[in-house]
Amino acid sequence: MSSLAMPQPDGATLSRRGEIVADMRVIVPGEGVVDTVNEMRAFESDGLTAYRQLPLVVVLPETVRQVSRILKYCSERNIRVVPRGSGTSLSGGALPLQDAVLLVMSRFNRILEIDFPNRCVVAQPGVTNLGITVAVQEDGFYYAPDPSSQIACSIGGNVAENSGGVHCLKYGLTANNVLGIEMVLMNGDVVRLGGRHLDADGYDLLGVMTGSEGLLGVVTEVTVRILKKPETARALLIGFPTSEQGGQCVADIIGAGIIPGGMEMMDRPAIHAAEAFVHAGYPLDCEALLIVELDGPGVEVDHLIAAVEAIALRNGSTTCRISASEQERLAFWAGRKAAFPAVGRISPDYYCMDGTIPRKELPRVLAGMRDLSDRYGLRVANVFHAGDGNLHPLILYDANKPGELDRAERFGADILRLCVQVGGVLTGEHGVGVEKRDLMPEMFSQADLDQQMRVKCAFDPHHLLNPGKVFPQLRRCAELGRMHVHGGQMAFPDIPRF
Amino acid sequence: MAVLSPSSPDDVLAALQWAAGEGTPVEILGHGSKRGIGWPVQAQHALDLSGLTGITLYEPAELVLSARAGTPLADIEALLAQNRQQFAFEPMDHGPLLGGSEGRGTIGGALAANLSGPRRLTAGAARDHILGVQAVSGRGEAFKAGGRVVKNVTGYDLSKLMAGSWGTLAVATDVTFKVLPAAETETTLALRGQLDEDAAAAMALAMGSSAEVSAAAHLPEGIGRRLAGDLGGDPATILRVEGFGPSVAYRIETLKTLLGAAGPLEELPAGRSRALWRDVRDCKPFADGGEKPVWRISMAPSQAHRMVMALRMQAAVDAFYDWQGGLVWLRMEAGDAEADIVRGLVRQFGGGHATLVRASADIRARLPVFEPQPPALAALAARVKEQFDPKGILNPGRMG
Repeated sequence: MSSLAMPQPDGATLSRRGEIVADMRVIVPGEGVVDTVNEMRAFESDGLTAYRQLPLVVVLPETVRQVSRILKYCSERNIRVVPRGSGTSLSGGALPLQDAVLLVMSRFNRILEIDFPNRCVVAQPGVTNLGITVAVQEDGFYYAPDPSSQIACSIGGNVAENSGGVHCLKYGLTANNVLGIEMVLMNGDVVRLGGRHLDADGYDLLGVMTGSEGLLGVVTEVTVRILKKPETARALLIGFPTSEQGGQCVADIIGAGIIPGGMEMMDRPAIHAAEAFVHAGYPLDCEALLIVELDGPGVEVDHLIAAVEAIALRNGSTTCRISASEQERLAFWAGRKAAFPAVGRISPDYYCMDGTIPRKELPRVLAGMRDLSDRYGLRVANVFHAGDGNLHPLILYDANKPGELDRAERFGADILRLCVQVGGVLTGEHGVGVEKRDLMPEMFSQADLDQQMRVKCAFDPHHLLNPGKVFPQLRRCAELGRMHVHGGQMAFPDIPRF
Repeated sequence: MAVLSPSSPDDVLAALQWAAGEGTPVEILGHGSKRGIGWPVQAQHALDLSGLTGITLYEPAELVLSARAGTPLADIEALLAQNRQQFAFEPMDHGPLLGGSEGRGTIGGALAANLSGPRRLTAGAARDHILGVQAVSGRGEAFKAGGRVVKNVTGYDLSKLMAGSWGTLAVATDVTFKVLPAAETETTLALRGQLDEDAAAAMALAMGSSAEVSAAAHLPEGIGRRLAGDLGGDPATILRVEGFGPSVAYRIETLKTLLGAAGPLEELPAGRSRALWRDVRDCKPFADGGEKPVWRISMAPSQAHRMVMALRMQAAVDAFYDWQGGLVWLRMEAGDAEADIVRGLVRQFGGGHATLVRASADIRARLPVFEPQPPALAALAARVKEQFDPKGILNPGRMG
C-alpha cells in the first residue's frame, strides 16, 4: 500500500510543531495533549491497519468550546486537522497526517439526556453505538443501526460514516435515525442542525454531514431516535444448491411485501469457514445459505415465517430450519457474525470489500468474482447483506508472501469496478476514506466530483479538515468556483425554445 | 416572460447554460402546485419541467424507481399501487390547502419540497427515500449523485441536499427513489374526548409501545368533522396500525389494553382509516378555499401542545397535530400571521421550525416564510447556495 499519495506535508507547520503543541496545551489543559512518539503510536492507524502514520500531535478536547478554539486556531494558521472517533473505520477515514493535529473525540463520552416521551437520546459523539442501546434497554428501547463494530465505534463516527448494519433495510441507516447534531466548522463556528423535531429547517445540511467522513465539520453532539424493541424475533436458516436460487428467494420474499429485520447470505467458502470455526450446524452441501430474521409481535412473526418457508421451498431450498428458541436463533447468527474471524482462521490475512449491487446482479457478480479469483490466484469468501445488496467479499492473502497484498488490492479494486458496472456503488457502509479514494472516478465524472468538492469549499474553503480522504485529487476552491460561460455559444432566444 | 419547456435533460442543461451565461434568473416549475409557498420568485423567465416526464426504471423486486423530474406524482403512485407498493413517506398533496386542484404535483417537486405525510413519524420524508439524482446546477453544469441502491456511502449525499431546497441549488432532471411494499391492511384506533395535553401523553404511550403505530395524530374539538372518516366533532386522538392482517388485529388489541382506561375507544376499519389519514395528510381541516394564514410547525412532540396553549392566550388560532403532536398545523383566525409571536413561542418551547405554508401574497412578501436561521448557520447555507448557484439564477428569493 505504498502507492497511496497523501497531501504533501506543510513544512512551515512541521517546523512550528513545538509552538503548536504548547498552544494546544493552553487550549486543552491537563492530560488532553499527547505528543510523544510512544503515546502517539496508539493513534497511528484506524481499522484499516495497512496504513500507518504518526500525527503532528494528538489532542483530546473535553468541551465544545475547546473544539471550537482548536479549529479556529488551526484555521488561522493553516494547520490541517484529522478528526477521529473510536478509530474503527475500515477505509482509513481517521488515518493521521504527518502535519495534522489529530482531534480525538473520545472524551466526549457522556449521554446527556434520555427522552422517552419524544423517543430520543442526546449523546456526546464519543459514546459508543452500543452504549446508546445499553442506556435505554432496561426500558425496552434500542438504537436501530448496528454496525458490526458497535461495541467500540462511536456515534459521532457513525454520523461521519453514515454507518449501517444488518437491519438497514427495515430500520434505515444512521442518516434515517439521526434527528439532530451540533457541530463545529473549521472556522470555529458552532452550528446546530435539527434537534428533537423532525426535518431540519433550510437546506438538508444534516443529510450532507451524515456520511461526509470528517471532511465538513466536527460533530460535538448527536440526537438519535430510539425504537421500542420488537416483542419477538425468529430466524430461518435456508440452504440453496445455487446462488441464483438464493437470490430469487430474496427477491420473492420482498415481492411478497415482506421486509425482514435482517436478511443475510453467505457463499460456500464463507459457510465452510464459519462452520469450521463456530460449529453453528450450517449445512455444508449448499452454495448459498440465507438467514432471514423476522421481528415484531409473535403473531406477525409466525405468519411471516410460514410465508418465507413456502417461498424458500418454491425456490428449491435443500434445507430450511426455523429457530424454535432464542438460543437457536442466536446459533443461526453465530456463524454469520463470526464470518470475518472465521475467514481469518483459514488465511493469514484477509481484505474486506464493501460494494453494493442491485440484488438481481448477485449471480453475475459472484461468477465474475470467481473468474477474478482464478486470475489473481487468491481465494475469496462472500457475506452479503442480501436485503439491501451490500456485498462484503473477503479476499484471502498472505502479507508475508511478496506481492500478495498488492494482488489482493488489485483484486479488490476489480471487484468494486464490477459492482459499479452492474449499477452498484463502491462502498455501501465502510466509506471511501483513503482506501477507495482513487477509485472514485470509476463511479463519478470529474463534474460530479467537482460539485461534491464545492460543497466541501462551503464548509472548509482551504481543505484543512481531513484532506487526502474521499477525493482523488483536491482542487483549490478558487479554481472550482470559476464559471465556464457558455452564453456566447448558446444563441438562446428570449422565446420558448423547446 | 418566456417559458422554456424542456423535454430532455439536455434541454435543461442548454437552458441553464444559457441562463448562467446571461446571468438571467429563472423560476423552476413543475405543475406549479406549490407555487404559493415561499416568497414570489423574481424572475423574467420560467423553466417548466412538466414536459420532462417518464418513468425510466421500475424494478419492484429491487424496491427502486427512477423517473424524469416532471413526471406526475399521481402517475407514479398509481403504478406503485398496481404493484402493491408505495412511497413510504406518504407525500402530501398541497392542492386542497392552497386552493388548487387535487392530484397535481411532480416527483421533482416532491423532492424539492421534501414532502412527507403522517408516516413521516416512523418512515421518514422524501429525504429518507431519495437514492440518487441527476441534476443541473445554477452554474449550468450537469452532475449526478447517489445511485440506485439503498446502501451507499460513496461521496457526499447531494441527493439529500436537493430535498427541501425548493429549486434554489440545482434543477433535478432525474430522480431515483426507494419504494416499499404497501401494507396489506390498516386499522385506526380513535381515543375520544382528550384534551391536547392528555392526547400528547396517550400518543407518547402508544408510540413507546410495541404496537408499531405508523401514524399518530390529535384532532381537537371540531376538527374531526372537517375530515373524511365520519369521526364527528368530539376530540379524537387517532393511531394508525398497518401491516399484515393478523398482526394489525393483535396490535390494535395491544393498544386497546394500553389506552382503555384513558377514554372511549373507536375502531376505524381500513376504508375509513385510509380516507381519514389522506385528509390529515393534506391538511383538509384548513382547506377552506380562503387565505387565512396557515403555519406548519415541527417541534418536539411533548412540547407542541404547550406552545399552542401559550399561543391561544395571545391569538385566535385553530390547531391540530400530526406526528405524535410534533407537527402542528395552525390556522390564524384573525387573518394576521403573527410570525414573531409564533416563532418566539416555538423557540421558548424547545425549538423547531415554523413555515408559513399559506398566506396572501401581501403577507408573505412582508415575512420570512421559512424559519430564519441563526447567523452562523445562515452564513453556511449561503455559502452552500453560492457553490451551486453563484449568480443566483435559480428561483431567486424563493427561500428568502
